[in-house]
Amino acid sequence: MNREDFPILKSNPNLIYFDNGATTLKPKCMIDRTKEYYELYSANAHRGDYGISLKVDMAFEGVRESTAKFINAEKNEIIFTSGSTESLNLIAFGYFKNRLNSNDEILISYAEHASNVLPWFRIQSEIGCKVNFIPLDNSEHITLENVKKSITENTKVISLAHITNVIGDIRPIKEIVEYAHSKNILVVVDGAQSVPHIKTDVKDLDIDFLAFSAHKMMGPTGVGVLYGKYNLLKGMVPLMYGGGMNERFDSPECVELKDVPTRFEAGTPNIAGVIGFGAVLDYINSIGIDNIYKHEVELKDYMIEKLKEISHVNIISNSDSGIVTFNVEGIFPQDVAVYLDKYNICVRAGNHCAKILKNETKVNNTVRASLYMYNTKEEIDKFVDLLRDKDKIIREMI
Amino acid sequence: MNSLTKREIILDNYSNPFNKVAEEVPGYIKENSRNESCIDNIDLYIDIKDNIIKDIKFSGEACAISTASTSIMIKNLIGKSIEEALNYMTEFDNMLEEKEYNSDIVGEAKVFDETYKQINRRTCVILPYKGIKRALKEYLTKNN
Ligand SMILES: Cc1ncc(COP(=O)(O)O)c(C=O)c1O
Repeated sequence: MNREDFPILKSNPNLIYFDNGATTLKPKCMIDRTKEYYELYSANAHRGDYGISLKVDMAFEGVRESTAKFINAEKNEIIFTSGSTESLNLIAFGYFKNRLNSNDEILISYAEHASNVLPWFRIQSEIGCKVNFIPLDNSEHITLENVKKSITENTKVISLAHITNVIGDIRPIKEIVEYAHSKNILVVVDGAQSVPHIKTDVKDLDIDFLAFSAHKMMGPTGVGVLYGKYNLLKGMVPLMYGGGMNERFDSPECVELKDVPTRFEAGTPNIAGVIGFGAVLDYINSIGIDNIYKHEVELKDYMIEKLKEISHVNIISNSDSGIVTFNVEGIFPQDVAVYLDKYNICVRAGNHCAKILKNETKVNNTVRASLYMYNTKEEIDKFVDLLRDKDKIIREMI
Repeated sequence: MNSLTKREIILDNYSNPFNKVAEEVPGYIKENSRNESCIDNIDLYIDIKDNIIKDIKFSGEACAISTASTSIMIKNLIGKSIEEALNYMTEFDNMLEEKEYNSDIVGEAKVFDETYKQINRRTCVILPYKGIKRALKEYLTKNN
């Protein structure tokens, strides 16, 4: 879909980009909107005594509004960060660290990305609470049953990706949240791989915190979002102090902070990035996120069906999203990636930042193809054809 | 040596790596070597007596280039004194840096003189050397 909107596909017509789980290609409208800021009104934000600075404020706050609409939140529940990683750290250290004590338990899973594991590990080593893992079922999925079984009276928070970056399964977040809330447990959702692909309605799902990254949804790098319910954000402590987040101060005893969400955005924000992010939100809305998702799943099913014809390809995961992980029998995943790269096909080899997943799957490393709206069946045909001849792969991988 | 022969030697060392083992070797010095930017991860097991490298084995998961590089390095180092080993590695580094080098000393490892020019494969070629250098240095500080 819409391939003509992506300058990189014009300057690089043979590029087959299947690494959308890592980051995505950028449409011209996003690049233009960013450029416009730099060329036409590159002032700072929140300094609004003159025309172009007011324009910056309006554009910046306008994107906050669009972001809120995109996930059905309120405007003051949207904090701009540098990415999912910063958002998850702010949630863990700004909110939970101050509330957990040594008896409390945090529930995550072995399939989480490092950014949804290491902050919690750190909190465990700082305050002595315990990080526990929800067991995955035979296909590496999280079921409501297993969530229920893992909850104890000490569980205070569950933090899960809505879609994982290795397996690609969509977790039953709504059901998990409903059950968790009945036990007074808060739920953090890592939306890095889900918000770009499926409709995410924070009110309907009733999630307490959500983190996602602009660059995984065709936006600029260095921009992320933290959504939190307003009353929870009120109780969160900023981790960064400085300009832009305070109302006034005279002495250590007398510091008054700005309201939520501004108090969490110390310093000059990534203005150009946030403004560019606004362009991709408009872009996605104009195409329709449901259409994007439908297209991806159709491509994914097509890829799986074709890969199944090849006996030396082992499909590791076939999920409900645009993520396919596989191995070529007897060939190290990185060598497969190097071979495909010779034909301008970008895939990722490795453990995909989910280093503890191997505890469960026994498969250490895989090749991952992750699809997005601009991918096509023709690209998949080329990709699959290149995998048919194992001797060719071996000959050409070095 | 033409590139086809080089490729064959690399593939042969990848398919039948010399002294690759599945489990830890007791009594040997163990040294891990891995790359930050990729997923190669090997353990080297080294047996040194009276300053002579008696044996080296390795285990782990790594790409074709890293595996072949480890296999060839091990063949080239067994039987050498530590001094000769360090000298071999200096010559090998000289080759990689496109300086003058002694091709008799580098031996079979010459197959990597071109691979090294592909930026994304450099770290693969030098993976085992990083580990062995660390291990030899440690041995020397402990024993001399
Ligand atoms: C599931 C998941 N969570 C978190 C992240 C971290 O995102 P970022 O690097 O943009 O902070 C990623 C990125 O790979 C991811 O896939």
